[in-house]
Amino acid sequence: MTFRARHLLGIEHLKPDDIRCILDLSEHYVGLNRQPVKHADALEGLTQINMFFEASTRTQASFELAGKRLGADVMNMAMQASSLKKGETLIDTALTLNAMHPDLLVVRHPQSGAVDLLAQKVHCAVLNAGDGRHEHPTQALLDALTIRRAKGRLQRLTVAICGDIAHSRVARSNILLLGKMENRVRLIGPPTLIPARAAEFGVEVYDDMKEGLAGADVVMMLRLQKERMDGAFIPSEREYYHRFGLDADKLAFAKDDAIVMHPGPMNRGVEIDGTLADDINRSVIQEQVEMGVAVRMAAMDLLARNLRATLSQGAGHV
Amino acid sequence: MSVLLTNARLIDPEAGTETKGALLIEDGRIAALGPQVDAPAGAETVDCAGMCLAPGIVDVGVKVCEPGERHKESFRSAGLAAAAGGVTTIVTRPDTLPAIDTPEVLEFVTRRAREASPVRIKAMAALTKGREGREMVEIGFMLDAGAVAFTDGDRVVENTKVLSRCMTYARGLGALVMAHPQDPVLSAGAAATSGKFASLKGLPAVSPMAERMALDRDLALVEMTGVKYHADQITAARALPALERAKANGLDVTAGVSIHHLTLNELDVGDYRTFFKVKPPLRSEDDRKALVAAVASGLIDVISSMHTPQDEESKRLPYEEAASGAVGLETLLPAAMRLYHAGGIGLPQLWRALSLNPARRLGLETGRLGVGAPADLVLFDPDAPFVLDRFTLRSKSKNTPFDGARMQGRVLGTWVAGRRVFGGV
Repeated sequence: MTFRARHLLGIEHLKPDDIRCILDLSEHYVGLNRQPVKHADALEGLTQINMFFEASTRTQASFELAGKRLGADVMNMAMQASSLKKGETLIDTALTLNAMHPDLLVVRHPQSGAVDLLAQKVHCAVLNAGDGRHEHPTQALLDALTIRRAKGRLQRLTVAICGDIAHSRVARSNILLLGKMENRVRLIGPPTLIPARAAEFGVEVYDDMKEGLAGADVVMMLRLQKERMDGAFIPSEREYYHRFGLDADKLAFAKDDAIVMHPGPMNRGVEIDGTLADDINRSVIQEQVEMGVAVRMAAMDLLARNLRATLSQGAGHV
Repeated sequence: MSVLLTNARLIDPEAGTETKGALLIEDGRIAALGPQVDAPAGAETVDCAGMCLAPGIVDVGVKVCEPGERHKESFRSAGLAAAAGGVTTIVTRPDTLPAIDTPEVLEFVTRRAREASPVRIKAMAALTKGREGREMVEIGFMLDAGAVAFTDGDRVVENTKVLSRCMTYARGLGALVMAHPQDPVLSAGAAATSGKFASLKGLPAVSPMAERMALDRDLALVEMTGVKYHADQITAARALPALERAKANGLDVTAGVSIHHLTLNELDVGDYRTFFKVKPPLRSEDDRKALVAAVASGLIDVISSMHTPQDEESKRLPYEEAASGAVGLETLLPAAMRLYHAGGIGLPQLWRALSLNPARRLGLETGRLGVGAPADLVLFDPDAPFVLDRFTLRSKSKNTPFDGARMQGRVLGTWVAGRRVFGGV
């Protein structure tokens, strides 16, 4: 085991060995999750607080299930409805939390960098469940696990990430992770949805699906984040679907055994054809959800080990 | 009362020279200077020990938070910080609460400044009422009350008809209009400069082109109206050719830049460090280098601190929400020494931008080392190293991007009108 960090804030800070370590332990939990009795005690006695400043169903449920299966006491706090409305700042929230002595804090926040800021002020281990357009590390890890299981490896693959890259933290974390593991990453989307200077990330940028998908091993579709758009990015959903929506015709340009991924929730008929999404021979979208629980169990298990190691060294809560 | 400063390295921005010599202060003014100056009977003598003696800095665009937010900065704290930083004239911004948009508010500010500050304070007034970009202020009355320039600060007057009328009216009175060139729509909501860094950090960003677009618009209006115009901060390489063309065409145009844009770049933000959030956002290293070259060539006329106090509560927020601005009165000189030590720009050149040009642009008689000029002086050691601790700053707000930074350049003494306001025994 090599993963020694106190928090999991982003893929940016991980080394390839850290990534392998988390994925290897995740495999163990995939096995456990398929047993009739799914309990483990890695987080026994620890308190996990899920703090979501932005609405989420899937990610929050996945973290909640992961914590409960490992024996943690899990509490959900829906922050968009509570203190923020009363003017409490993020720092005040951190101080309040410290007084409750949580061990693991899972945070989602609509602003880039907000989870980093919170992590500086709390005494527990922090997992970033998505901050603004910045990072969503557990999503990239679960995608990596899904790819590794489907393809038998996580290197020398050509991965096409398609759609709304600009507003996507999933894309940023995946670009970082796949790059660290020595894969070839392509970004495909209209120029309005590609971040500035994306070519400097060490990726190839395309604005044509057929060119971008040619020879791809993995096709990763992104959700069109209409809620983050504050102006004209695309002319209409039907033109977007025509040019960038994934259907069987476009997928034919990828390798014959290319897999199709989507972080969910899907806009069927906007970025992906509904039939294709349900095609069990190509789509691994359901598998991604399953891997999500296992990866989050592994990440929290490892952070809890580091937390206990720190405590046993007599450092106390630092 | 005479003071003779001997054994100094005299930095003369007007002549562009550095010479060893002495300087005599009499009745608040420079009475003599040169290689050899004889002390009159009874004069106090200060041995400068070979250190640099230059005109005091004239810092254009300082935010003193009176009236409205005195907990962030007062005339007293800003004045003490300025004295410690070698700044002898603070030129204040009108973006207070309420804005300085009537002669009455201006008189309040002038009186408070006179009572509380050890250095000179000159006030700029708002260009439009409430800085709302709709109706012009009483430019004539405000000029009479001592306003040295008219500006809405970092708010851009979007309505070109309003701006053209303000400029035309100001031209008639010979008033200087200062603007913040930034296309307001393109830059709305931006917290960083668009580029690889902002893209990776997921921060809303603006292209530096927004600065050039707004500058182009303003320069067209200057050509149309003939007004005296100063761009508060030119921070993008792409805006420089437009500025150069305007000057070559004989428009009465000058430009400034903040010391932060000359010494820091976008990467300094690192992991969302909000003390590096300034307006406009920090630029690329290529931009920074182009700006330094523009200061060296004289294309950019003025360097200022753009001193903007913010309390901890305004800064300890997620990056997008955090307030913009950095304090700079005390760090302007040591930060400027980074440019000097990096080579390519000499002390007389630097002091043209720090003292001579801003004073001239605002019609002040300070900013130069010459017989008859007011004895506003700074004595400093350009080499003395130190590590900045933000809690030692005299400003009430401690939001400096240089916290923990290794710096060189210590102010040893500051004189305003011949009176020592900082340093010494």
